[in-house]
Amino acid sequence: MDPYALKTLNAERRARRAAILVTDLGDGRDRIVREGDQVAGELGAAIAKAFRTGNSGSVEAEGRTFFLNAYLPQPRLLVIGAVHITQALAPMAKIAGYPVEIVDPRTAFATSDRFPDVALHAEWPEDVLKRQPLDSYTALAAVTHDPKIDDFALKAALDANCFYVGALGSRKTHAKRVERLLALGATADQIARIHAPIGLDIGAASPAEIAVAVLAQAIQAFRSRGLEAKDAAA
Amino acid sequence: MMESSIYLDEARDPLIIAEGWMKDGKDIAIATVVETWGSAPRPVGSHLVIDAEGNFHGSVSGGCVEGAVVTEAIDVIDSGNAKMLEFGVADETAWQVGLSCGGRIKVYVERLG
Repeated sequence: MDPYALKTLNAERRARRAAILVTDLGDGRDRIVREGDQVAGELGAAIAKAFRTGNSGSVEAEGRTFFLNAYLPQPRLLVIGAVHITQALAPMAKIAGYPVEIVDPRTAFATSDRFPDVALHAEWPEDVLKRQPLDSYTALAAVTHDPKIDDFALKAALDANCFYVGALGSRKTHAKRVERLLALGATADQIARIHAPIGLDIGAASPAEIAVAVLAQAIQAFRSRGLEAKDAAA
Repeated sequence: MMESSIYLDEARDPLIIAEGWMKDGKDIAIATVVETWGSAPRPVGSHLVIDAEGNFHGSVSGGCVEGAVVTEAIDVIDSGNAKMLEFGVADETAWQVGLSCGGRIKVYVERLG
């Protein structure tokens, strides 16, 4: 391995950015490909797939054998709102491989009694996100129903290109939210990325069922990353 | 910037350790699982990093073949030539070391730099 490749790879991993180490198994030469870098042909298609799935493996291209080692940041879920839905969502998401953090400034809601074994911040999203910025490997679900708490986090999630952004509330509630986000400077394209009403349409009724719908939608968003952009370009 | 330590376990991460060794001027080999068949304890892409004294971090199996990989890695550090190793089911006639789980793995061993 090229020492420069190792340094670059570690820098990307520390910054929670996806990277793939491409090694030519014939001559041992290697290079780092970052997400969004253009690579042509069969190798490029294999690299795009590895970024999407996170799976490493060998690929035959241009008469050579390459090993693609995919290093994807751990996807995670940030929930704004320590509500009943969140009590079900936090353990479910953890089991599914998406570590959860919860933010809610309302100290009556954000108690370790209600949320054992979860990273819980009884603070405003503004303060938490200053310390721990969002990124494209983070999903954000805003479920407080309170614009004072949800709106800032939603705008931040759109700006950070979170792989999933969901907001609880009816269509009527969301229409008002759209107006407020436009006023905050979000673009119409950005706002169109918000899943609202939140969750896959499985007829969820109870808080736990809504949690299932939200988690499934977040997983769907993660596993189809980059596909929409490709469809649009085709 | 988020504190990296929240998301990367730097004290146990083989590639982070390898970078630290590199800064200390050590000669290093990096072993990577490039293919698995059947039951394999570590997924494709897993790393074991080895220095010239035989110190190592990470894993390419559940401890079944690390010893053999370390021995080969010291050879790779000396020669500079990468090697592709293959390990299968432990079998006295065919294999010196093997995977008791019944799987097979292919491990690429290369020198850093």
